Amino acid sequence: MKSFAYSRATSNAQALEAARARGTQFLAGGTNLVDLMKYQVEQPVTLVDINHLALTEISQIDGGGISIGAMVRNSDLANHPLVRTNYPLLSQALLSGASPQLRNMASTGGNLMQRTRCYYFNDISFSACNKRAPGSGCAALEGYNRIHAILGQTDKGPTSGETCIATHPSDMCVAMAALQATVEVEGRGGRRTIPFAEFHRLPGNDPSRDTTLREGELITAVTLPSAKFAKNAFYLKARDRNSYAFALISVAAGLEMEGTTIRSAGLAMGGVAHKPWRIPEAEKALAGQLASPENFAHAADILLHGAHGYEHNRFKIELAKQGVVRALTVAAQGTSEVA
Amino acid sequence: MSIAQDQEQASKPFKQLDHRYEGIAKVTGKARYAAEFSESFSKTELVYAFLVRATIPSGSVKSIDSATASRAPGVLAVITPFNAPKLSQGPPQPPARRNLTLLQDANISYNGQPIAVVIGQSLNEAKVAAAMLKISYALQPAKLQWEKRLSEARWPKNPGKEPAGNHRGDIDAAFAKAAVTVDNTYITPIQFHNPMETHATIAWWQGDKLTVYDATQYISGVKMSLAKAMNIPVDNVRVIDPLVGGGFGSKGSMWSHVPLCAMAAKVVNRPVKLSLDREQMFGPVGARPSTINHIRLAAAHDGTLLGIQHDTVMNASVLEDFVEHAEGPAKNLYQSGASSVSAKVVEANLGISTFMRAPGEAPGTAVLEIALDELAEKLKMDPIELRLKNYAETDPSHEGRPWSSKHLRECYSKGSEEFGWASRNMTPGQRSDGKWLIGHGMATATYPANRSAAQATVRLLPGGRMYVASGTQDLGTGTYTIMAQQAAAGLGLDPKMVEVKLGDSTLPKAPVSGGSQSSASVLPAIQDATTQLKLKLIDLAVNDAASPMHGLQAADCDVKEGRLISKSQPAKSDGLVELIARNKNQPVEAQGQAEPSEAKDAMSTQSWGAVFAEVAVDPHTHMVKVRRIVGVYDIGVLLNEKTGLNQLMGGMTWGISFATHEDGIVDASTGRIVNASLAEYHVPVNADVGVLDVSVIGIPDLKFNPVGSRGIGEIGITGTAAAIANAIYNATGKRVREYPITPDKLLAG
Ligand SMILES: Cc1cc2nc3c(=O)[nH]c(=O)nc-3n(C[C@H](O)[C@H](O)[C@H](O)COP(=O)(O)OP(=O)(O)OC[C@H]3O[C@@H](n4cnc5c(N)ncnc54)[C@H](O)[C@@H]3O)c2cc1C
Repeated sequence: MKSFAYSRATSNAQALEAARARGTQFLAGGTNLVDLMKYQVEQPVTLVDINHLALTEISQIDGGGISIGAMVRNSDLANHPLVRTNYPLLSQALLSGASPQLRNMASTGGNLMQRTRCYYFNDISFSACNKRAPGSGCAALEGYNRIHAILGQTDKGPTSGETCIATHPSDMCVAMAALQATVEVEGRGGRRTIPFAEFHRLPGNDPSRDTTLREGELITAVTLPSAKFAKNAFYLKARDRNSYAFALISVAAGLEMEGTTIRSAGLAMGGVAHKPWRIPEAEKALAGQLASPENFAHAADILLHGAHGYEHNRFKIELAKQGVVRALTVAAQGTSEVA
Repeated sequence: MSIAQDQEQASKPFKQLDHRYEGIAKVTGKARYAAEFSESFSKTELVYAFLVRATIPSGSVKSIDSATASRAPGVLAVITPFNAPKLSQGPPQPPARRNLTLLQDANISYNGQPIAVVIGQSLNEAKVAAAMLKISYALQPAKLQWEKRLSEARWPKNPGKEPAGNHRGDIDAAFAKAAVTVDNTYITPIQFHNPMETHATIAWWQGDKLTVYDATQYISGVKMSLAKAMNIPVDNVRVIDPLVGGGFGSKGSMWSHVPLCAMAAKVVNRPVKLSLDREQMFGPVGARPSTINHIRLAAAHDGTLLGIQHDTVMNASVLEDFVEHAEGPAKNLYQSGASSVSAKVVEANLGISTFMRAPGEAPGTAVLEIALDELAEKLKMDPIELRLKNYAETDPSHEGRPWSSKHLRECYSKGSEEFGWASRNMTPGQRSDGKWLIGHGMATATYPANRSAAQATVRLLPGGRMYVASGTQDLGTGTYTIMAQQAAAGLGLDPKMVEVKLGDSTLPKAPVSGGSQSSASVLPAIQDATTQLKLKLIDLAVNDAASPMHGLQAADCDVKEGRLISKSQPAKSDGLVELIARNKNQPVEAQGQAEPSEAKDAMSTQSWGAVFAEVAVDPHTHMVKVRRIVGVYDIGVLLNEKTGLNQLMGGMTWGISFATHEDGIVDASTGRIVNASLAEYHVPVNADVGVLDVSVIGIPDLKFNPVGSRGIGEIGITGTAAAIANAIYNATGKRVREYPITPDKLLAG
């Protein structure tokens, strides 16, 4: 990889100050960033190590809910008693991701910011990638697009500077979307709070940007509202091997039940779009309804409305539909013990 | 995982080592692989080379501007097609001697082909400089998407040891009178070798003498090929490789990076290390080609096979034909009235194809054994019964010549009993366990038993210790272990007392560790050497006035359990320790050699097995879990339980990989391998591997070689994929005929 300068921040202020310089990136667990540096996809001038910041706490917040420090490791988060008990959906999603070794390193902030696994983004020998080289086109559109998006993508042909069919690969974020988390960020101008649905973005006309985080901003925490889906939650992940594989599609389903009636629902999909795919109408359609296959299928239809596949990923549409129905069905039956 | 072995039946000709010879060195980090011999050089001496690869599939390099790269920190040299030293590249002799790309011209035949070498003080400096090269290409139209150009299929120029087409009996007549037929197309993907140790070479010159540490399955092969490439006498090359971290066929040939490393060492006049990245394993060092197999079976009502037809077409590099004989098993796995097979290739701008674990038989059984399952279903016949009905008592592919030894029947019966086959539901989709659909399937495993000439040296050392050496390789397979056992057995010593040397081309010559032939080749040579050694020791004793054996007839003497004894006067004996002590502690040495017997053409030598799989399929995610596999193998004598069963188990695990994971993906327009990493090119992880129950019949095959063992390195992968595919069908009623069987295919199927 290209040589870079390294500095270690011991306070948020110090990290933010260091991030003023151009070409600076924060180094958390490094499990995504360092790989991308080896592939020369990312070529930071300076890395600011944020592993020593006081962002490692999981704490209860007033009025219910929890706050998760940006440097809480995925394995610690998944296994925290508060998370296991109150947010099993998040715990399940985390444990379905990567491998134990990676989860021990991967941080909450880094997981939010991880980049797409699109083959054409990750190999610089492909010249066309609007995400990596804005304006260069999209090699995935007519390439091997089996792991790519079926919803919310920008498709204006392979040579357009706007086309992007990449997906956001995270499992954790799918659960957080269904749980309606909030991302806490700090910039030199101060702090702000970003609703989860607004944190990741669709490619729109600028696929190079994955999120709405501004240059130099530091994620400090993710907060979860008070738990509603502790008793009825299920994270479904369809993948090519039984562990250590990204989702072909995934579904985070949380239900708040009253007998057999759904009081409220949290529902999001992964592996299908440039961001965790949540359509509030699908959740609303479930509220007040019976937990029945028909109602689940209806929610799936709303979520997948307008889905469009390509040569190699059309199967995702049907797989996702089945996955949504299945995840809701299992969730309605009650959360099983997190392994 | 459970390991079962039939203790009664397994004949143990000698004492087994209960641990892997080099195991402690491996787990304590003392074991060193080719790239790890850096310490042999002073810190400033050894420098690093990085391979630069083409990013287009076809055409040529127009120019490489290396001005910036050459000035980058730590850079010593940039070798390109425009400044590379000229080598004398004789005509290549594929497939074992590959058509290499050694920067002798600017042509590009595949995306990922080596086109330059950057040498730096550190690997990272070389790599960073490589990215600074300004390369311009002249693009030519590329031959890609070979599977859409099947009409271009042609006979291979160089089919290897088997002919590309073969017909026996009247296949058309067989189909004309068949009561039941199967006619389908089955596909296997491109697969890439991914041993844990990537290819690596350290090369240095002393005058015109060249020494390399090289990750290889064939030190004497590299010695010959490298000498030829560098145009120096064969004996000027020494190849050292005491441990190989897996090879799977990829390290059976010398690829371009080895001479390029030697070239780099010459250019900078320093020792150079060139170690491939994981991504570089996908292209420049071979792959198993994809095969498209048209299979037709014709059977009578009672299941008698009247005809088998298997036509396979595969991708071949524009550089060289390599034939994956997937059609092979159709010729000899079952008795059939007629058979007709062919193997053809379609050229593509892809890396060269090569041997991969069980070349031919792995994809061959993976597809043929699905077809058999389909036939059994049509006949409403138990799949084992169908196989027994068409049991090949003699070799149908060689005019019915006898097998040296065949106990496949025992494999079927032992396997089906251990698996509980009798309780299988023949109707698919009937069995479940909670949400899971459960299915059971089986298939036959097979792989030829090969053997070549080999040589060995043994020595009796002071203190009752022994030394044994042969220029063979240990791929993690257990060669050290069984060599120690074989040497010790010759004198009745404890194998723990034996020191083993291998992996150095200065040692007595041995063949490539490929084709599952190492033990069957090297052990008979050691056996011969210990026989010679015995004679020398007896001679020494009977001529030694201080020995109790003095004056005895040599013919009356023997060596047993570490002692010289007289056959006629049991009271007379002499210790080997004492004998060597009296010999002023001078070791006694003997050479041995062995080669296949002349009788080899009068018989067919083949290993067999029966594989049974239980899978669970999630009907919602369409994910497959292999719960358990029972594999019973007829491989002659099992030489060492730990390393031997481990070989079979590793093969079976690869069978899971073949069935459900591995898939080398070529970008349709650039010919680039898109999933060139272990994150995206899937092999099984622990969660994918259920219980592997592996056992052997253990009946020695003494007609094949005097030790009675047939190779075990490859057979484990055969049969397993089809057993899983058939189990998936039994679970779901969905017949997937294209590997790997992934959720999307089961969703559609
Ligand atoms: C082989 C493999 C398999 C994987 N499988 C899965 C899977 O199945 N499911 C899944 O969800 N994930 C998977 N992952 C991805 C893994 O979850 C991410 O790599 C990880 O979460 C990234 O976290 P990190 O702390 O290592 O981030 P880093 O690599 O350190 O950083 C990633 C990015 O986030 C930025 N960043 C980090 N922290 C902050 C912060 N506080 N504020 C602002 N920016 C920040 C960095 O600057 C960088 O750009 C896999 C990864 C690998 C390598």
